[in-house]
Amino acid sequence: MGVLIDKNTKVVVQGITGGEGAFHTERMLEYGTRIVAGVTPGKGGTECKKVPVFNSVESAVKETAADTSVIFVPPHFATDAIYEAAYAGIKLIVCITEGIPALDMMRVKQQLKSMGVRLIGPNCPGIITPGQCKIGIMPSEIHNPGRIGIVSRSGTLTYEVIHQVTAVNMGQSTAIGIGGDPIPGMDFVDCLELFQKDSETDAVIMIGEIGGNSEEKAADYVKNNMTKPVIGFVAGKTAPPGKRMGHAGAIISGGQGTAADKISKMKKAGIIVVENLGFVGKTLVNTLEQ
Amino acid sequence: MKIHEYQAQELMRNFGIPVLDFEISDSMKSGITAADQLFSSGKKKLVIKAQVHAGGRGKAGGIAVVKNLIEAEKALDRILGMRLVNRQTGPEGKLVRKVMIVDGDTGIERELYAGIVLDRDRERPVILASAEGGVDIEETAASNPDAIATVAVDPFPGLLMFQIRYLTEKLGLTGDAARSASRVFKGLYDMFIKLDCSQAEINPLVLTHDGNLVALDAKVNLDESAFFRHPDLKELRDTHEESELEVWASENSLNYVKLDGNIGCMVNGAGLAMATMDTISLHGGMPANFLDVGGGANRETVTEAFKILLADKSVEAVLVNIFGGIVRCDRVADGIIQAAKDVHMDRPLVVRLAGTNAVEGMELLKKSGLSLKTADSLDEAAKCAVKLAIGG
Repeated sequence: MGVLIDKNTKVVVQGITGGEGAFHTERMLEYGTRIVAGVTPGKGGTECKKVPVFNSVESAVKETAADTSVIFVPPHFATDAIYEAAYAGIKLIVCITEGIPALDMMRVKQQLKSMGVRLIGPNCPGIITPGQCKIGIMPSEIHNPGRIGIVSRSGTLTYEVIHQVTAVNMGQSTAIGIGGDPIPGMDFVDCLELFQKDSETDAVIMIGEIGGNSEEKAADYVKNNMTKPVIGFVAGKTAPPGKRMGHAGAIISGGQGTAADKISKMKKAGIIVVENLGFVGKTLVNTLEQ
Repeated sequence: MKIHEYQAQELMRNFGIPVLDFEISDSMKSGITAADQLFSSGKKKLVIKAQVHAGGRGKAGGIAVVKNLIEAEKALDRILGMRLVNRQTGPEGKLVRKVMIVDGDTGIERELYAGIVLDRDRERPVILASAEGGVDIEETAASNPDAIATVAVDPFPGLLMFQIRYLTEKLGLTGDAARSASRVFKGLYDMFIKLDCSQAEINPLVLTHDGNLVALDAKVNLDESAFFRHPDLKELRDTHEESELEVWASENSLNYVKLDGNIGCMVNGAGLAMATMDTISLHGGMPANFLDVGGGANRETVTEAFKILLADKSVEAVLVNIFGGIVRCDRVADGIIQAAKDVHMDRPLVVRLAGTNAVEGMELLKKSGLSLKTADSLDEAAKCAVKLAIGG
């Protein structure tokens, strides 16, 4: 079953006629995702990849009953696109766009919270429930339906881990990329909570990185609320302080947010922390055999 | 993005925060002229401050107080062109190209601290104020956290009067000084929001003998993601403050950070790039850099990335780790083969491909005739690169 999305999820693609939007719409359709509408202001009434295009999310929702949106618009329009989806009644928004100003995200997050709307991302690969629904840009081939929940701040690093899970003949219930921004929509705790409740998830792999304190908060949550095993990895042990490592959120500032601190807090909370990325698959097998 | 102190002071002045008049100089000649004018206008003491993107300039010899033109000349001669070295700059230090010349006779009664930062935990701008200014605020935070008052501001009502009163009270200010402090806090908050700052700091915020407040030092960091609505702020970037290779990489939309080791890394994706560095270190090696070639690793991006890696003379082996997704590994392999030919690869190269069409990609690499090593896993690839980097 997985969490948040399944084969019944009805998706609207915001920015469907752009290069990225059109390309990934095709990939998602190939995977079997029910894409019911696209939105590009000014192109309403046309079609893109055989999907009807609307001028606004509101009209798309009205005509197609879309309940989930994925955003591919450039950063200076993305904040607006998120609000538009929320005001149109969309309850889950997946924002792929990288480069949204942090203060915009601060305001967006507060607004969405008051409306009961969930946001995945921005600056993320998206979410996939293998075999049922893919909303995002991740390569389909590496995934396999199964019972392991994945939550991560990174893109290709997640693919690496998913690849290992699939290689040891296991699969994923749902994999969620929460993105590499300093203020993300859903965070580790939100996702862990969903996986803990999900009857189809047996264990969770959480992939963190330097910067912020979301791994520390997740550790607290795991310690107090989780009965399912959690395997963790934190990237950036060798990252120098004060330098932004690609992701806007991956920066050690004022001695805060180091990998060592996160790993120690996670271990204390009972999370099985893998030091060598190459051993995530093996660790998963060993953990579930016990 | 970091900016210089004088740029930060100019931004603050625009938001009603009191700063001193100053002159900026990048040569002996203009520096002496500026100092002469300031002395002639009646100033008794001047401060000459090195403009580099680093704190702790005083202890590193980058700030001088001068009482006459002869002293000013000596100080300018010493500071302009010096390499300022401290913990923040790293061992290579930062070349001082500009100095700020400012009145040094402000009549300091007390040194305070005022700052604002986007707090990732609370997801709010948080204003910090302390009556113990002039020292490293991180040290105060560690040794005496009670000395720092904080206020988290909800962006929707914005900064409220009662919050300002709380902060000024914590600074121990009354009367005119308290009114002046409210303007400082209001100005800081407005600037933070309107200019999309990630951090702003006044340390010290000085209370003068005559009861006025002045921002003696200023620091502002800007959110680069918001430059689309602040084209003027983008101009404040000083590429001299970044390493040449980092500037080169950013011109090609590559994310590159220079590190101290000898194994050059090229990876797609920031998280995987960090994990690759970590794996090298786990096997006893040292990464020479962080380099994320981004989602679409093709011949052009790989070629440019190779050039940047090889321009770093400390690199003794190169490790390429690509996880193919939407971009297929056979195409990436083709890009690597072409790029390695284009740039005359003169150092050992280890390539690991995984994901979509990895097997086909590895076959292409093996058949290419290039002298490179391939590895099936990241762990193996890292081990191999570490061995090659020490001449094994």
